[in-house]
Parts: sequence; structure tokens; C-alpha cells
Amino acid sequence: MSRALLTGNGAAAWGARLAQVDYIPAFPITPQTEIIENLAKWIDTDEMDSRLVTLESEHSMITAAGAAAATGVRVFSATSSQGLLYGMEMLYTVAGWRAPFVLVNVSRGLAAPITLESDHNDILAARDCGFLQIHCTTCQEVLDSTLIAYRLAEHHSVRLPVIVNLDGFYLSFTREPVELPDAEAAAKFVGNYDAENVQFRASAPTSQAVAVLGGTPYSYFRYEIHLAAQQGLKVYDEVATEFAQQFGRKHEAVEAYRCDDADYVFVMLGSFASKAKAAVDQLRDAGWSIGLVRPRLLRPFPAERFYQLLKSKKGAAVIDQNISMGKGGVLHSELASVLYGKPDAPPVLTSFIGGLGGRDISQEELFEMAKVTRDAYEKSETPAPRLLFTQDEMREVHKLQAVAHVERQELEKDHE
Amino acid sequence: MSEVQERFHRMKDLPSTHLLGTGTAMCSGCGGLEALHEIYDVLGEKTVFVNAAGCMTLLSVYPFTPFRGSWLYTAMASATAGAQGIRDALDILKQKKQITEEEDLEVVTLTGDGAAYGMGMASTSGAMERDLDFIYICYDNEGYGNTGQQYSGATPHAAKTATSKGARGFAGYKKDLFSIWTAHKPTYVATVIGSEPLDLARKIEKARNLTGPRMIIALAPCPTGWDYDPKLTVEIGKLAVKTGIWPLKEYIDGEVVHTKVPRQRVPVEEYLKLQGRFRHLFEPERNDALLEELQAKVDNYWEGVS
Repeated sequence: MSRALLTGNGAAAWGARLAQVDYIPAFPITPQTEIIENLAKWIDTDEMDSRLVTLESEHSMITAAGAAAATGVRVFSATSSQGLLYGMEMLYTVAGWRAPFVLVNVSRGLAAPITLESDHNDILAARDCGFLQIHCTTCQEVLDSTLIAYRLAEHHSVRLPVIVNLDGFYLSFTREPVELPDAEAAAKFVGNYDAENVQFRASAPTSQAVAVLGGTPYSYFRYEIHLAAQQGLKVYDEVATEFAQQFGRKHEAVEAYRCDDADYVFVMLGSFASKAKAAVDQLRDAGWSIGLVRPRLLRPFPAERFYQLLKSKKGAAVIDQNISMGKGGVLHSELASVLYGKPDAPPVLTSFIGGLGGRDISQEELFEMAKVTRDAYEKSETPAPRLLFTQDEMREVHKLQAVAHVERQELEKDHE
Repeated sequence: MSEVQERFHRMKDLPSTHLLGTGTAMCSGCGGLEALHEIYDVLGEKTVFVNAAGCMTLLSVYPFTPFRGSWLYTAMASATAGAQGIRDALDILKQKKQITEEEDLEVVTLTGDGAAYGMGMASTSGAMERDLDFIYICYDNEGYGNTGQQYSGATPHAAKTATSKGARGFAGYKKDLFSIWTAHKPTYVATVIGSEPLDLARKIEKARNLTGPRMIIALAPCPTGWDYDPKLTVEIGKLAVKTGIWPLKEYIDGEVVHTKVPRQRVPVEEYLKLQGRFRHLFEPERNDALLEELQAKVDNYWEGVS
């Protein structure tokens, strides 16, 4: 065990290295690129016995990843945002191949408008594809989750690819102290890849990913994926427990921070949860009874875990760093669906959209969200979902619009 | 190389054992399946076919397959990337001594023209640039056949398709995939057709004995898409060669060689008039101007062939 100051990207690369992956199909995209650069460097300097191939797109990259996994090697890949969506057809496809591998996604907002900074619309677009999803808040978690993800993906009762998600910039480029497990200990924990019956060998011809005719076989195979994904919850707990025993860090499927006696909780994903923890501490100091619930595992969805954590709470403020156009926050909908009609479910589930395209969520906003949620409980009236945006931001946009307007006028004058 | 060609000197040298199973979902008279039968007999079962969306996706429908070897269906755009993943994985397994050389497979991409001439071109270009050791088989039926023969980048000028039903047929011109592929300088590129089995077998055998990207385009006469009686598939295929419409050629070591030069070319209209997709060139009245244009294009091509 050693300690290093690593970025989230660096931690992801270390995760792949320690998992002793055989094959890395790659394609550069901001803010993920540092991951594949690190891996390429280690391969060049013989610190890693692996093969990295740069494909010409993420669509091809995910195809090659799935095909290599279907041939029987351990595969790692990484992408972000537009890349994840460019490969979306293949995310669905390779999940159906039941060939496990690990894909790191460094979250970044989606075009249009095009941006480089973080939010969760990319990863949530992949919500239904059959990949399991682990969401990270710290660089340590990125590394640990990558190791755990291989165990989860390759487990006999799962056999599905897993995405480990970290936020662009906030985590990808932020250095934090990270405990690096010893190579031997990590290798022992992850184990050798057992391809089971998913492989191509001359002596055992096989047809993989063949077409089906009609809804019956189609439904059967699709249900199989869903049921395997659901098995992932139990498997995750086993693997995370084993990880904690070996490395001393427990990564629960759903992290509960100061929740036990809390009347109110924040619910959110990703790196901004660090800020929410700080807000919980400050609010507690001010006499609030409040905590934080943060799912690490989003697929499979830990429904029962959520229910147990939220049962008897007065209210939950769900902060979505994503927006389903015409609907609202994805996590809010998901949570509502598992709490509806349950005894002692919190009567108030407020919805806030924030942190889009790297926009900060300030402590003051977190305090306000707590207050809105408490007021809602006391008035027995849940307010409409709120899109976080300040007066100052509106002024900033008005300034940009004014500049655009003046420039347009100048241009038109030139044409006259 | 001459040693290799000797294996298929005459028609009777062609494999007498046929490896691809029958009873598939392909249409009767499918020129693509005809070519695939012949190709499979030469390549054999130590292969994994990596397929893109197209007619031949329906060869392997759960729980049946006509292949004695292996198969992976991918998607329309990225079959070649699938080939990359399998090739790399097999190489890694061999290098790490997790499988023996005997367990290795020849990786074969199998796509239609829709994928080869269009959607899959980027992944194929990438594979050639990376010098991927694989064989690519494109069965070219000159349109999006599996969806009812809409025009594609492979559709010839003037052909009527489901999306070019006007009096002049398809306004565009067939893309020169052979040249696009050879521009990448891969190991081998060849055109073949099922109705010329000896030429086909020689080329597949040659490809089999080379390494690197080996690219094959098989013109695939298509009774449903081209609108003709299925029994005419072989005759139309032969006419495609005799009229010079489908030049049989290969690219190797930087040079293009025509393997069957039709010295006395049959007029192209002999080929066209057998197919419903060109009927508007003859009925209700003969379109001499367009026929001459099509003939001139073929003549022009062969004038450039030394």
C-alpha cells in the first residue's frame, strides 16, 4: 500500500492497471483523455502488460471492447459525454452479449450548446442500456470502484459490463490523496478473468449475438439482462464487503451520511455530494436534523436500500445534475417511483436541477434547498421543481446577449 | 503466389465438400449467398464471421446457423471494429499462452454494400490504417436490400430502386469502393462474383495465405432487389463480367491486375435488359441516350485498362 496524489483520471488509470487488464480500445475525448494517456505511457514503459488500440470512434471503440471481451480477455475502456452517446448503439448491443468489461465515463454535459464541463446527462442517457453504473465522489472511490467493478461485471450471476462514473473537471482534474493497493493484493482481489462460455476458439465454434425472430425469444433475453442486473445488488454488497476486509475501505451501494436521526436528507450523485456533506455539517451545527443519501450504485437501482434510508423522514431534497427535457430530474423520478405508496415514505420529495455544464452548486443554495424542503413539509405542500439559477447569473447572460446584439447590429451596418 | 494459384487450376479443383449449411432465410437465387458458399468452402470453419446489419444477419437466427465455425453479429457501422477486438483478443491470448496456435481463427468481416460503401466506411478505413489482419467480404447487391432495395452508395446510375422510382432511376453513380480501399494500400483487394467460381476461389485462396487487411467485394445479383427471375442469377453474373460492368481485378503490392479481361465485350444492354430495375430504359420506349451513356462509361473504364 502506498499513497499518491492522483487526479480522478489518474485514479481510473491506476484502477485499470491494478486490475491487470489485457486490452484497452481507446479514443480521446476531453475530459477523459488523461486516462488513456497514462495507460499508453505505462504500456510503452513496460509497466503494464496490455495492448492499447486507438479506434477511429467511440462507436468502434465500444464494439472492439465488447468483441474482445466476447473473445475472452479482460477489457478496459474510457470515454466522456458525446463519446458515450456516439457509442450508445453499442452500449445497448454489447450489454446483450453478456461479455463483461469496465468502461469509465468522465461525465460532461451534452451538446447543444457544446461544452466541456460536467453534468450527468451523458451517463444517465446510458441508464437503460444494461451496463451497471457506479458513481464516484472521490478519487479514491474511482480507483476502488474500478477494481470492484471487475468483480461485479465478471461475477457468474451478473456477466454484464459496468460503467464507473466520475465528474469531469471536479474529479477528473482534481488531485486528492489516494491509497494505492499493492499490485499483488489488487490482482488477488480481482482474480483472473474467467471467460466462461463467452469466447471464440477454433475447437469450440460458437455463434454470439445472433438475431431472434419474434417477441418471445427477444423478451426472454432482455429479461435475462434485467434479472442479471438485479443480481448485481447482492453481488455488489458481497464484493464491497470483501474489498473492505482486504483494503479497509467500505463503499456502500448507497452512502448514508448523518442520516440515522435525520428528519431531512439531500439525495444526489457524484462529486458535488462532497459539498452537500459540508452543508450537512454546517446545518447540523445550526441545529438542523439533516443528512445526505448518495447512491453509488445507480444500476441496479438499490430501491429497497433507498426505502429503508428514507423511511420516516419528513422530506428529501433531490438534487439532479441532469435534466430530462420536458420532465425534470431523473433521480427525482426514480426515487419517487420506489417510494410511492410505501408505508412511512417521506411525504415531501422536492426536486432541484443544478450543476449543469459545470455550474457550481453553492452552500447557500444547499441551505435554501433544505429550507424549501422543510417549509414544504410544514405546509404539507410540495413546490414545483426548481431550476437553480441566480439573479447574478441572469445578469451575466443578459450581458452576453447585449454583446451579441451589438455585434449583430455592427455586422448589419457593415452590410448596408 | 503461383503455388497458391495452382490449388485452383481448373473448375474440378474447386472444393467438392460444401461447408455452409442450407435452408437459410436468404432469397432464392441470392447472388450474395452463392458467393458466400464458394468463399466459405475455401476459408473453412476455422473462422469467425463478424457481421454488420444487412440481409446476411438473417443467416444466424437463434437457435440456427449455417456456419460450422463462429459468428458475431455487431451493428451496421462497426463490424470491422468487432473484427479488431476479436483479432486483438486472440493475439493477446496467444501471446500470453492462454490459447494455442491451433485455437486461432481467421477473422472475417461480412457486410453488405450499405455498410461497406457508407455507414461502415470509417471503421473499415480505421482497420486498414491499423493494418488489421483480417478478411473483409462485402456482398454488394447495389442497394439497401434487406429493407426493400432503396438506393445506396453502391447503386448504379439509372437503376430503379424503392427510393428512385422516377423515369431516369437513380441519379447518382456507383461509388468506386475498390479504389477507396486500394487508396489505403491494404495487403489485398479483389473483386469477385459467384458466377465465376474459379476466379473467386483463386482470390480467396490468395487472400487466405496473406496477412493484413484483405478486402473482397463480391457483386451479388439480387433477384428481389434487381427484379429478375431467380434462375437468372448465374447468367446475370456472367453477363456482368462479359459486358465489362463488373471488372474482375485484384490489387496486390501496389498494382491493380485485371484477372479476367472481356476482350470482346458484350453490349451492356444485354445485362441491363434482364433486370426489372432497368426496364424503364427499354419500355415503354427505348432510352437510347441513357443506354449510350451507360455503355460509354463502361467503354471508358476499359480504355483505361492496359
